[in-house]
Amino acid sequence: MAKLKLALYWAASCGGCDIAVLDINEKILDVAELADIVLWPVALDFKYHHIEAMEDGSIDVCLFNGSVRNSEQEKIARLLRQKSKVMVAFGSCACFGGIPALGNFTNRAEIFERAYIEAPSNNNTDRSFPETSVKVEEGELELPEFYDTVLTLADVVDVEYFVPGCPPPVDLILKFVDLLATAQLPPPGAILASEKTLCDECERVKEEKKITKIYRPHQIIPEPEKCLLEQGIICLGPATRGGCGMRCIQANMPCRGCFGPPAGVYDQGAKMLSALASIFDIKEEAEIARMVDEVVDPAGTFYRFGMSSSMLKRKRM
Amino acid sequence: MSNSDFEPKIVGFLCNWCSYRGADMAGTARIKSAPNVRVVRVMCSGRVDPIFVLKAFKEGADGVLILGCHPGDCHYVEGNYKTARRVPLLKKMLEQLGIEEERVRLDWVSASEGDRFSSIVNEVTAKVKELGPFRVNERG
Ligand code: SF4
Ligand code: SF4
Ligand code: FES
Repeated sequence: MAKLKLALYWAASCGGCDIAVLDINEKILDVAELADIVLWPVALDFKYHHIEAMEDGSIDVCLFNGSVRNSEQEKIARLLRQKSKVMVAFGSCACFGGIPALGNFTNRAEIFERAYIEAPSNNNTDRSFPETSVKVEEGELELPEFYDTVLTLADVVDVEYFVPGCPPPVDLILKFVDLLATAQLPPPGAILASEKTLCDECERVKEEKKITKIYRPHQIIPEPEKCLLEQGIICLGPATRGGCGMRCIQANMPCRGCFGPPAGVYDQGAKMLSALASIFDIKEEAEIARMVDEVVDPAGTFYRFGMSSSMLKRKRM
Repeated sequence: MSNSDFEPKIVGFLCNWCSYRGADMAGTARIKSAPNVRVVRVMCSGRVDPIFVLKAFKEGADGVLILGCHPGDCHYVEGNYKTARRVPLLKKMLEQLGIEEERVRLDWVSASEGDRFSSIVNEVTAKVKELGPFRVNERG
């Protein structure tokens, strides 16, 4: 079989997804056996013009990590889409917006104000901000446009597969490589994880217990065998797709929702909010107000990885 | 558009056993109420998933009204208590999303309280009028 052509790209991301690819260790050699890498900004020195020169559809698979928060990222997403047969949203940011999409609680003006004026290391008395184009003696300089709203990859191009996770776990990456190598990829649109919720896969003891108080992770050392939610710790298991191997749960930490909503759930935050309100055992108004206080940052907690793909997508501007 | 000629669209989720009958009662008794609430009948206020509220706003509602049986009177015993916990938490979350919490109103109306139904409808309509139209930005 001719070698596959593989592109890896990072947009608005932390770099962790690229590291996750390297974390497959010696299996990376299998990938090298299977595919020629044509673009991988984190590791290899290919340029955009190399990609532009390629024929449409000549890249077999593109693993695209990171969300889309500026015009350069959108442009490259479109370019890679055009050149690739299979586009993969790789990691929570590309799939759902991820951590960068917490920026959807604010907007460009506020972010610029914070980054270029308020942040303590600034000395920007003439209030200069990045411009998309600036004329200087030597000519015109251009910068990508910074968007108000962080987008998912699927917001800007068609996507064949979604590999969730912050970052995607190694066994999921290997599963994808294996499906690719054996030409057994599922029909397009598939999310390569479990169909069930994380709770369905979790082995902790659940007793249908009600709670009366919420603890933040630093306020309690959880019992290792019992359901975290039933100990009063906000665990996003009921509103999160399984398939991660319960990485956080096994470390005695609550799930923060990086696998996105499970099948059939349209909004992870709404789902989690319901789940939490349901297990609370209180009726009095004052008690309810206390519970609401204890959930310090509902939107940031319930949509930690999912703002861009949530029902409302961003804060109203 | 000035707020005075703005007629808000408000989605009302009314439980079948008390509040919907209360609304019916208001109708039969010919009590006048603002025409802005579009009623969706649900079996219990506990059926109102927060996603219904988000979806209402996404589809262009300016406000949402949720009415159920008075505490202790829910046909399904606990449904309205669940709603009573959910809605305040939802309001806190909506504020973070830039949706004023007064756009959502939760209250209790029994089958015999036609007048109460009508005054709640009038109040929520006036409140949402004051806040002005709601819009969702898809992409900035
Ligand atoms: S809430 Fe968390 S700890 Fe409890 S069963 Fe679900 S995933 Fe496990
Ligand atoms: S437990 Fe939750 S946050 Fe942790 S890796 Fe799994 S899905 Fe992601
Ligand atoms: S039946 Fe009316 S609130 Fe449950």
